[in-house]
Parts: sequence; structure tokens; C-alpha cells
Amino acid sequence: MAATTAAEAAPGRRPAGRRGRLAPYLLVLPGWLWLAVFFVAPIASVVSMSLMTGSLTAGFTFTFETANYTRALGLYWEQILRSLAYGGLATLLCIALGYPVAYWIAFHGGAYKSTYLLLVLLPFFVSFVLRTVSWGFILADNGIVLGTLKDLGVLPGDAGVLNSAPAVVFGLAYNFLPFMVLPIYAVLERMDHRVVEAAHDLYAGRLQAFARVVLPMSLPGVFAGVIMTFIPTSADYVNATILGGTHNTMVGKVIETQYLVNNAYPLAAAITVVLMAVLLAGIFAYARALGTEQVMEVQAG
Amino acid sequence: MATATHPERAGPGEGPGATALPAISLERISKTYRSGGEAVAAVRELDLRVEKGEFFSLLGPSGCGKTTTMRVIAGFEDPTTGTVRLHGDDVTQVPPHRRDVNMVFQSYALFPHMTVFDNVAFGLRRKGVAREELNRRVGEALELVELAGRGRTRPGRLSGGQQQRVALARALVNRPSALLLDEPLGALDLKLRQAMQIELKRIQRDVGITFVYVTHDQGEALTMSDRIAVMNEGRVEQLGTPAEVYEHPATRFTAGFIGTSNLLSGEVADTGGGVTAIEVAGAGRVLAAGGAQAGGFPAGVRVDVTVRPEKVAIARAEPRGDLVRLRGTVTEVVYLGSATHYTVKLGNGAEIVVFQQNSSDAVGAAERGDTVWVSWRPEHSSVLTN
Ligand SMILES: Nc1ncnc2c1ncn2[C@@H]1O[C@H](COP(=O)(O)OP(=O)(O)OP(=O)(O)O)[C@@H](O)[C@H]1O
Ligand SMILES: [Mg+2]
Repeated sequence: MAATTAAEAAPGRRPAGRRGRLAPYLLVLPGWLWLAVFFVAPIASVVSMSLMTGSLTAGFTFTFETANYTRALGLYWEQILRSLAYGGLATLLCIALGYPVAYWIAFHGGAYKSTYLLLVLLPFFVSFVLRTVSWGFILADNGIVLGTLKDLGVLPGDAGVLNSAPAVVFGLAYNFLPFMVLPIYAVLERMDHRVVEAAHDLYAGRLQAFARVVLPMSLPGVFAGVIMTFIPTSADYVNATILGGTHNTMVGKVIETQYLVNNAYPLAAAITVVLMAVLLAGIFAYARALGTEQVMEVQAG
Repeated sequence: MATATHPERAGPGEGPGATALPAISLERISKTYRSGGEAVAAVRELDLRVEKGEFFSLLGPSGCGKTTTMRVIAGFEDPTTGTVRLHGDDVTQVPPHRRDVNMVFQSYALFPHMTVFDNVAFGLRRKGVAREELNRRVGEALELVELAGRGRTRPGRLSGGQQQRVALARALVNRPSALLLDEPLGALDLKLRQAMQIELKRIQRDVGITFVYVTHDQGEALTMSDRIAVMNEGRVEQLGTPAEVYEHPATRFTAGFIGTSNLLSGEVADTGGGVTAIEVAGAGRVLAAGGAQAGGFPAGVRVDVTVRPEKVAIARAEPRGDLVRLRGTVTEVVYLGSATHYTVKLGNGAEIVVFQQNSSDAVGAAERGDTVWVSWRPEHSSVLTN
């Protein structure tokens, strides 16, 4: 008797040791390291750079130089606002174009859903810059579209689209459309179709069922899509450079110039911090407005 | 079913005769699903009439077409052929949101982004019911399903049984002319299920709405329904009151699906006077006077005859009177307290199961190995088709 109880008690009966208690933390360690190296460190270095003075040749020293921020805002508030406006307009355009596409693929794509999705993603197989440059060719004053229309006499000879705000906004929307389509599609795709039928059963026509049930239930997808398009479109400078000409500079271009051309690292860093802060504030305000529950809650299927 | 003379054939009408029209009638409904190259006939040439205020059940095994039938009535599926009528009006082409029936889905299908109150109010809002009346009616509906006070909760925070009751309230609050319930108690445990069965029956009596109730639980169908349609492979096998369907199964399928039944195969020897005599080789002669078809079989035809175990008596001495009498050997005795189940092997090898209540004089009627008589009244045996 005594022998068996001792043998039973021996293996692994002790309360979990220090190693056991630490296990969950050890498991998330790689994740934390990743965040520390690729997120916290760069941000910290940008923020500290934004408070330095000096030059590339003389070296930069930390002087808590808040003047960088006054200069950033004073000189470039127009570009910052323009970036937010272009990014916002491009995002709205992405919703307007992307939602119907996602809806159609999810509800009417039948057996070819993945084919249609692939078609949406197809432009991504070509480099971002190349795609934008080709838009430049397409929209050129005497390019395929405008040239033909001018030849046909539909448009006057001096009409142009390039080097204008709409060209930039359309270019941005074109480039980031899949980032809007995919998250909306993902939500619509796994939506329980019987819930929509229940709406029809309760006297809702097609429009009502969409407005009261499908759309609200797909808002988390729209939210994800907005974040995934608004942030990169606001910070983009390729489209503005290639399609926007000299009068439609976005803040991304300013940062690039200050950094790579003028080597004004602290000023470039300050503009960057301002842009990030504005975007973050915008996202939080947006999440608040939608209601966190609406955005974050996993839809009960 | 011959429906040629039924009033709904006269066309849609709101005249004085309108009340006599069935709440729902399905005429020769077929539904074939095509997926890929395959065609699945979910419902075949179905004829059904559900009367106003009736508790009508569709009972059948999984995949027999119950849900499909409901979806055709609600308007979610276009029947491949046939006509759907609600109170005599042909609604085959009418979309679901314009049909005056509401469905309680097998999976509840509550709106997850709305509160319980908004879920229940959904139909009334679409119909443009004024706010005061809406608040009152939603409140009443929630009270009816005992969820008053949970109006602000999201469905995701409710238990399965509570969600089911929300689904019920959401449909009932609209006071539709018919309510379609697709296995609404399927997800509940036995106790809650039984409580909800009583509750549903009470609600149906109180509000007087026609219920079409889908279940694959025979006990549920027998206790709750006014009439039952037993379905199998897209067809109605038998239609009748619970007692008719239970006491006189018309087909082998119904006999096997509902309750336990004893099945004997034989040949019709004699027929007349509403009684069919069936010669069961090696066992004896069985008289059948029960069921609609009794007496309708020509001599020489091979048929099955069935009798419910609780209708059969067991005794050592040969019973007297106008009874079906067969001799056999007891092979098994199972004592269950209030009753005893005997298995008796007949001369032809077939087994008859006997359920006997343990009333004072019945205890110990037979023991294993005894040679006994089993007997029952001819009206308790039913001749089965196919
Ligand atoms: N959308 C569909 N596409 C193809 N086949 C279908 C579809 N819906 C149902 N079926 C088929 O039709 C038949 C009947 O299905 P139905 O859902 O009506 O059965 P049921 O009686 O409700 O079963 P259960 O008790 O399991 O709910 C099944 O064979 C099923 O596979
Ligand atoms: Mg079903």
C-alpha cells in the first residue's frame, strides 16, 4: 500500500515551479521582442530625433528643441491638411468602389469567388511605382483616354487631368482599393445568410435588409478597410509626385525632401511625429464614433 | 389527395367563405436543388393543407425535406413546380417580406448587432407601427416568453434557451396568420425542452395563430400537435391526428419511425366486412380491422401487419373472445417497475414485443422459457402498404 501511494505521488505532483509560472511570459517574449525592435525602437528614435539640433556633418545633439515642431507646423500645415484630405477622399472613394465589389463577390460570386478575388489582387503583381507611372501614361494630356476623347472632339484640346488633385485622389484610390475590398469581403463572406433571410421574413425589402442588417454587421470590415487605406494613402508621396505635379504636394513628399535632400533630420522627424499623432487621434475618434463594441465585438454567428 | 372540389380552387377570395379556406395549402410542390451536376429532389409532389388555428407538425428524419418545405412556405425557395396558397391566395411568386407568415429559424438567426428589444421590434418597425403601440407590443411579447427586463441585452449574451425565446417573440409579436417553427427546441436540454413545449402550446392556444412545427422528435410531435404529417424522402407518408398516426400507421416507414411496433409479414387470405385476414406462415392467422385500408386488400397479396406492444396481452392460458391469438415462447423479460417488457418468439421465428403494465394481477404473467399466448383485438392491427 505505502509503496504504491509513494510511487503515484512522485511524478509531477509538486505545484508548478517557477518555470511553469513563467511559461506564458516566455511564450509571448518573441512577440514583445519583435514589437520592441521594429516598433518601439524606431518610434523612440524618431521622437528623440525630432527634439535634436545639429547637422549631418556636425552631428545631432539632443537639446529638447521644440522649435522643430513649431517649424514643422508653421511651414507645412498646408501639406499636412492636404494629405489628410486626399487620404480621406481616397478612402471614401475606396469604400464607394470597394464595398459593392466585396458585396457582389461575397453574395453572388458563387463558385468563382476566389477567381474574382484574385482579379481584384492582380494589379499587386506589378510594382507600386510602375502601376502609378502607367496611370500617368493613361491620364496624360495626349494619352489613351484624353487623346482619344480630344480626337473625337468630346474634349477641348487643352483639357487635362494630370497634375491635379483628382488625379492624385484617383491614383491613391486605385492603388489601395484591395485593402478596402479584402476586409469587407472577409466579413460579408462569413455572415450567416439566414440572418439576412430573417430580415426579409420580418417584412424588410432588399434595401431595408441591407441598411438595417447587412451594412451594420459589416462595419467591422469597413473599419479595418478604412484604417488600412487611410493611413497609407495619407502618408503616400508616390502618387502625389507622379500624378499631382508641383501644386499638390503631400506631406510624405515633404518628409522625403527634408530627410534625403536637405538632410534636415530633426525637422523631418518632427513632421513625421505630427503626422502620426494626427492619424492616431483620427483613428481613435473614428473608433469612438462607431462605438468600440460595434468595431471590436466578434459577431455571433 | 384529391383537391379538385376544394374551395381554394375557386380562386382567391375575401368573401364570406374565406374563413373556411386553409391557412396554408401546398399543391403538388416539388423542389429540386441543383448543385454542380447533381440534382437533389428535396421535396416531391407534396400536397398539404394546414387549417386555421391548427398546430400542425412536420415529422420526419434528418434530410427528409422539412426545412425545405418551410422555406417554400416562407418564400425563401422558389418551388420547382407547384403552388403555395395562404388563405387561398396564390403567393408562389410573392417575396418573403410580403408574406404574412413568420419563421423561427432552426438556428434562431437573431440580429447580433441589435439588442433583444430591437430584435423583437424589427418586424413592427418595418410595418411602421407607431412608437407607443410598438413599445407595448414588444413589452408584451417579451413578457410572454419571460424575458421582460432583458430588452437591452445583446443576443450573444443570452443562453441558448433564451435566444430561442427571443426568436419566438420576434416572430409572434407581428401576429402573423401563421408561424413556421423549424425545430425551435432542437438546441435545448431535455428539461428546458419539455418546459418550452408546454409553453409553446400555451402560447399557441392563447394567441390562436396557426403553427407549422418541424421536428424529428416523435414524442414532441405526438404531445403537441393537432395533426401530424409524417415525411420521408420529400413525401408525406401519412397525415392524421397523433392518435391516428400512432394507432394506425399506414406505411412501414411510419410504423417504424413512430414508437415501437411489431411487424409480421403474411398473405391476405380473406377479406370482407372491414376485416382483413392475413395468414402468417408458421405463426397463425392475424385479423386486421384497424386503419383506413382495412378490408381493402384482395386475397393473395403479400402485406405486412403491425400492432403496438402495449396493445398485446400475454397469458399462459389461451384467451377467449374475438382476438388475434398467436402462440410463442418467451425469450426475454425486462422488468421496468411500472411495466414489464416481454419478447415472445413465434413459430415462424418472428418476435413480438409486449409491454404490460404491472397491475396487481399482471405481475409474473410469464417467465423466460414459458410457452404463452399473445393476443390483441383485430382493430389494433393495421395493414401496411409498401
Ligand atoms: N441549398 C441546398 N442545396 C442543395 N441541396 C440542399 C439544399 N438544402 C437542402 N438540400 C438537400 O435537400 C434535402 C432536404 O433537406 P432539408 O434541409 O429540407 O432537410 P430537413 O428535413 O430539414 O433535415 P434536418 O432534420 O436535418 O434539418 C437534403 O438531402 C439536403 O441535402
Ligand atoms: Mg431542417
